[in-house]
This record gives sequence, C-alpha cells and structure tokens, in this order.
Amino acid sequence: MSPAVLIFYLFAVSVLTGGLMTVLSRNPVHSVLWLILAFLSAAGLFVLMGAEFVAMLLIIVYVGAVAVLFLFVVMMLDIDFAALKAEMARYMPLALLIGVVILMQLALVFGVWETDAGAGARLAVPMDGSVQNTAALGLVLYDRYFLLFQLAGLILLVAMIGAIVLTLRHRSDIKRQDVLAQMYRDPAKAMELKDVKPGQGL
Amino acid sequence: MVAADLQILLPEIVLSVYAMIALLAGVYTVKDRAAPMLVWATAALMALLAFWIATGPSGTEAAFDGAFVSDGFARFSKVVILLAAAAVLLISQDYMARRDILRFEYPILVGLAVVGMMVMVSAGDLIVLYMGLELQSLALYVVATLRRDSVRSTEAGLKYFILGALSSGLLLYGASLTYGYAGTTLFTGIVAAAEDGVSLGLLFGLVFLITGFAFKVSAAPFHMWTPDVYEGAPTPVTAFLATAPKMAAMALFARVVHDAFGGVVGDWQQIVAFLSVVSMFLGAIAAIGQRNIKRLMAYSSIAHMGFALMGLAAGTAFGVQAMLVYMAIYVTMNVGTFAFILSMERDGKPVTEIDALQMYSTREPLKALAMLILMFSLAGVPPLVGFFGKLYVLRAAYEGGLAWLAVAGVIASVIGAFYYLRIVYFMYFGEEREAVETRMPPVVWGALMASAGIMLFGVVNLFGIEPLAAAAAATLVD
Repeated sequence: MSPAVLIFYLFAVSVLTGGLMTVLSRNPVHSVLWLILAFLSAAGLFVLMGAEFVAMLLIIVYVGAVAVLFLFVVMMLDIDFAALKAEMARYMPLALLIGVVILMQLALVFGVWETDAGAGARLAVPMDGSVQNTAALGLVLYDRYFLLFQLAGLILLVAMIGAIVLTLRHRSDIKRQDVLAQMYRDPAKAMELKDVKPGQGL
Repeated sequence: MVAADLQILLPEIVLSVYAMIALLAGVYTVKDRAAPMLVWATAALMALLAFWIATGPSGTEAAFDGAFVSDGFARFSKVVILLAAAAVLLISQDYMARRDILRFEYPILVGLAVVGMMVMVSAGDLIVLYMGLELQSLALYVVATLRRDSVRSTEAGLKYFILGALSSGLLLYGASLTYGYAGTTLFTGIVAAAEDGVSLGLLFGLVFLITGFAFKVSAAPFHMWTPDVYEGAPTPVTAFLATAPKMAAMALFARVVHDAFGGVVGDWQQIVAFLSVVSMFLGAIAAIGQRNIKRLMAYSSIAHMGFALMGLAAGTAFGVQAMLVYMAIYVTMNVGTFAFILSMERDGKPVTEIDALQMYSTREPLKALAMLILMFSLAGVPPLVGFFGKLYVLRAAYEGGLAWLAVAGVIASVIGAFYYLRIVYFMYFGEEREAVETRMPPVVWGALMASAGIMLFGVVNLFGIEPLAAAAAATLVD
C-alpha cells in the first residue's frame, strides 16, 4: 500500500466517522464539532485529488464561516433536544426497517456497479498540467459554466432577500443613529459653557 | 461564444435584471408603499415576456453546449408559467394589501421564482435543472412564510422547506448516480449512455430523480406536504403554488424522462403510471373528508397531477401533448377558483370553510354561477373544457397501451366529482347560515369571470391550444 492510498483511507474513514457522529452524538455542539472534522477530512481528500484550491475553500468557507455560524446558532437557540429525540424514538423501529431495506438495495446496486462503456469519452477532460488549478477554474467559470455561476448568484440573492423579509422588523419606537445629522451638527451650537461660581448652583 | 449563448437566454436575463433593479428601487425609495406599483410592473413585464416568447423565433436553439435548450416545448411551458404568475400576482394584490402582508419583496420573489421555472423547463443538463429548481423552491419557501406573525404560515413554510430540502437531496443523489453511470450531466450524453438498455445503476438514478420530481409536482405518495402548506400559506401564495410551479415541475418531469431517458420508455413508464394511479385515487378519496376549501384544493391538485402524469405515462408525443393541454387548462381553472377563494371573508376576516358557502347563490347569483362552472370543469363534467382535458389524457393513455390506467382514471374522476359537486350543492341547495361576503375588486372579479368564461366558451376549439401543444410536444419527443 502506497502512502497516498493509506492517507486516502485515513481521510475517508474520518469523513464517514465525522458524518456518522454528527447525526448520532447527543450534544448538538459536539455534532457541529464532528461536522468540522468531516469538512476537514473532505478537504484532505480534495488535496489528494490535486484540487488544492477547492480544499482551501472548503476549509476557509465551511470550517471558517459556516461551521462557526452553526455553532453560534446551536448555542443561541434553546432547543430541547431530549424532547425531540424522544419523539424520534417512537418512529425509530420503522425508520430502521426502511433504512435497512434501502441500504440492502443500494448495496445490490454498488455490487454490480459498472459505468457505461462510453462514459470515459464523455467525461470532461482536465486541462493540461501547465495551467494552475485556480486559473483553470477561472477559465471555465466565466465561460462554459457562466450560466451556472450566475444562477448560483441568483439563488444566493433569493436567500438574502428571504432572510431579510422574514426577520427584519422596522421598529419605530427606538432611537436610531442618523449619520448625516451627526456629521453636519455644529459643534458651536452643540455645547454651551457656563461659568459656575463657586458655592452657587446654576 | 458567450454572447451568442446569452442571446438565447434573453427573456430570463431581462426578468432577472428587472428583479434586481426593482429590488434596489424598492429598498432606496418608499419600500412597502412601492409594492402595488411593483406588482403591476412585474405582472406587466411577465405578460410582455410571454408575448415576446410566443411570437419569437421558432426552432430549437441550444446554449452552453446544450445545457440550456430553447425549443417549442420550453416556449409553450414558459408562456403558460409567465401568464399564470402574472394573473396570480394581479389577483393577490388587494388581498395582501388588506391583510397588511404586501411587502415590496413579494413581486420580486415571485419574479425570481419564475426565472427559476423558466430555467427548469429549458434545462438540458442535470446541474442547470437543479439550479433552476432550487431558485424556484427557495423563493417559494420564503413567500409561503410571508405572514411571519402567524404560526400557521411559518409552520407551512418550515414544513415546505424541510421536505423540499429532503426531496432535493433525493434528486441530487439520483443525479449523481446518473452522472456516475453516464460520465456526463448533459441529457444528450445520458440518452446516448442509455441507448442499449439501462443498467441497474442508471435505473436507480432514474428512480431517485423521479422521486424528487414527484415531490415537486406533489404526486402521491410524495404529497404529504401539500395540504398543510396550502392551508398555512397566505391564500394568494397558495394560488401561486397551485399554478405556475406545478406547470414548471411537470414540464421538467417530461423534459427529463423524454430528453434524458427517451430511449428507455418502458423503464420509467411503469413508475409514472404508478404515481399517476395512486395520486388520482388519493386525491379523490382523501378530499372527501375536507371541510377547508384550501385543503380541498390541495387534494384536488394532487388528483389533477395524477391525471397529468397519466398523459406522461403514455410515453408518446401525443401523451406529452395531452399533458400540456391538461396543465394549461388546470392552471386556468385554478386561477379562477382561487380568485374566488381569495375573496371569501366575513367581517373582514378570511374564511376558508366550505360550510360558509351555504345558499351563496341567492346572494350572488353571477359569482355562484361562475364558481359552478369552474367546479364542474374541475370535476370534468362533459360540456366544459375540463372534460376535454381529461378526455385527452385518457385517450393518450389508451393509445399508449395503458387501457387499465385509463379505466382507473375514469373511476377516480367519478369519485372525485363528489366533492366538487358538494360545493355546488352547498351554494345552491344548502341551508341558510351565517353569510360569507365576497368583496371583489375589478381585477379579481375579472379573473374569476374570464376563467369561467374560458371553461364555457373554450369547448369550441380550446382557443386553438391543441395545435400549439402538438407542435411543442413534437419538439420534445423527436
């Protein structure tokens, strides 16, 4: 076994363990931590495949931003996970049965898995080694996959609008900062100096 | 190269750019007070785009190496989607303004959802398909939750979101299996890979893909979300959910099974026929016990999706034509029916109980008559257009060698007629009860009357929709 294969299995096992424990662990904070492990191991797998840019993105975006956000949400929302789990336990036997059946069927599929004879010819051809990973991405992103890129942008826009529509409340009973009023205020008028004699009030 | 591709995408680009400009305009000017104006502008733009697409160049064009296809089938579906969305926007304005939920983002989100639908029906690639579907769904989740202070509405949105995410997951899994087998996400490549029979792996991919689509068109047994979401969402949003997205999802379904799996009709035909027969019977039987007209319309839509799938199950060009005609008729009927449901209220509060309609005909004979025509048409009573839609799909199933499915369809149709007729019975022969008011602004009144009028006068030639649908179906099925 070459080192690359060994490392592949190492990362693969830790991705699966991370995923499994995300679902199974009792404490939601632990779940998020396991999820981070899964992300990190997936990044390792990407590096093994030579896609270092995607690997770094995974670490920066998913581990750095998304997972941390998850942690905040989990800690701020006071959800009684024990009650949810009790509810789930009622359906557990049926769910397990269906899960096992689907698992068996999928095992059946992967047991006899074969790709189409012409699939190799249809696969996208990687650019030759002279183009850097990141540069190669840039070359196709705004050209061949322009439509997908822009559609992804629209989806994010909808998500942003949705978050604002559903959560933003304009309250009129609170004091707001008015930047212009602050900038244009006249210091001469804002302050008044009084000469207070000792022993007397104003 | 990109410039030529974008030329084909021009209607979608126009609508997206409009949505972004409208968003900026709304945010930086008068916010929600701009909403009525934006509703009208969005509806007008959609109608304009529909006209543009309908009168635009015919023929099949492909952009981005075939990832986006603009053919007769896509154009037909887009015109129906755009017109349905425009009509629903117009009838919803008054209701939302009076319930104080007319946010200026509403028309913009509907516009972006329509962009997603237009991409869906034009998809020639699994990734484009998924992107369009998500763009549509995400916007719909938000508008379903628009009445955010109501537990019902937020529950509906959350339920829709979670089940929608689950179905997207199944669909993606199917897409990845398909890609793994065929080595490409392009439909042209998949159809070539499936040329000499489907292997077990591809079949699993196909099954998962169909499961995802069945969720989106709310075909039984993947219909669970429909009644709850229809009931909880604000009524105009329910009207929207029941029209344009159904058309888009159904067209997407047809596009994938014919474009990507057109060579292996036998493999998906039995699945679609199963979905069809289960949906028809579940929709017909489960609706009988419903007392809430929005839930009833949800089950009604499940049954109607069963009929539309029957056309698809035939696996022929005529079957696709029947499905397109059926969907166009279904969407028209639903716009009219929801125009009526929107206006049902008592003391300014919306009413959705069927009981409230007792003896409605004595107070509003004309509206009751329009509703009678729509209910008869939904049930498929012979002289009305709804009957011809059913006749079409039954004939398609029969000619496609699925005589048993056609027979099942007739039986389900008879069972389903019961609950439509009960509404009519209440309106004409019920007992006197607390009255329901139906205050309608001219637009809503117009939509109700136009829809009923189409159901009545369309029997002459279905407004010439048959040859259009036939031409559209011919571009999809070779």
